Amino acid sequence: MTALADVVAYACLLAGAALCLTAGLGLVRFPDVLSRMHAGTKPQVLGVLLVMVGAAIRLDGWANAWMLLLVAAFQLLTAPVSAHLVSRVAYRRRHVRRDLLLVDELGGAGHQDEAYRGDEPGDAPPERPDLRPGG
Amino acid sequence: MTVVEATLYALIGGGALLALVRLARGPSLLDRVVATDTLLVIISAGLAVHAALVQDPTLLPVLVVVALLAFVGSVAVARYVGGMLLRSHTGDGRDVGLPVAAEEREASP
Repeated sequence: MTALADVVAYACLLAGAALCLTAGLGLVRFPDVLSRMHAGTKPQVLGVLLVMVGAAIRLDGWANAWMLLLVAAFQLLTAPVSAHLVSRVAYRRRHVRRDLLLVDELGGAGHQDEAYRGDEPGDAPPERPDLRPGG
Repeated sequence: MTVVEATLYALIGGGALLALVRLARGPSLLDRVVATDTLLVIISAGLAVHAALVQDPTLLPVLVVVALLAFVGSVAVARYVGGMLLRSHTGDGRDVGLPVAAEEREASP
């Protein structure tokens, strides 16, 4: 029984580590921020889940299993949030290879906002004298 | 099982080294954000693999902290870069970033 559990645990750990190497390869090889993020999120979800399953099998005991489950659940919750933020900013700063896009749903008119809602100096409106009211 | 252990450390170390290559080469700030996020996830996976191999649960709280830090770091830098944007008036939904995006700087020699 323990030999079988060890084999399953080592298989999970090997698969997770292989996904980590895949993420590194994708980060180096892919052309722009969006596809690099696509590659870099692989260990973040499936790889971490596999490694946590393998570690929970090896470190028997419910306390360790709950803490590993907490890490896995936290990765599942936070990976979409940070990926959404980074991809949105990457699109708006033109870090996207537009010739590689198949669908560009943000490209048309109507998705940009003209109001300046920022309250920091970095959010100041651009110096455009032709757009001043009355100018 | 030593072959399996060496393979595990080699796979994770190779992934971390490749993420470091992207972190050094850039070219843009957001590439480095993505690379740092991935590097922290690979580090936490490596800590979990080490804890599983030596069967020592001492490192497990470190995993929680590293997972929290990766999220907070990438969100903070993304918000910071988003605050540097200038609104464009070209109507294509993209904003005029300052300074010029690294891909466009590379494309125009």
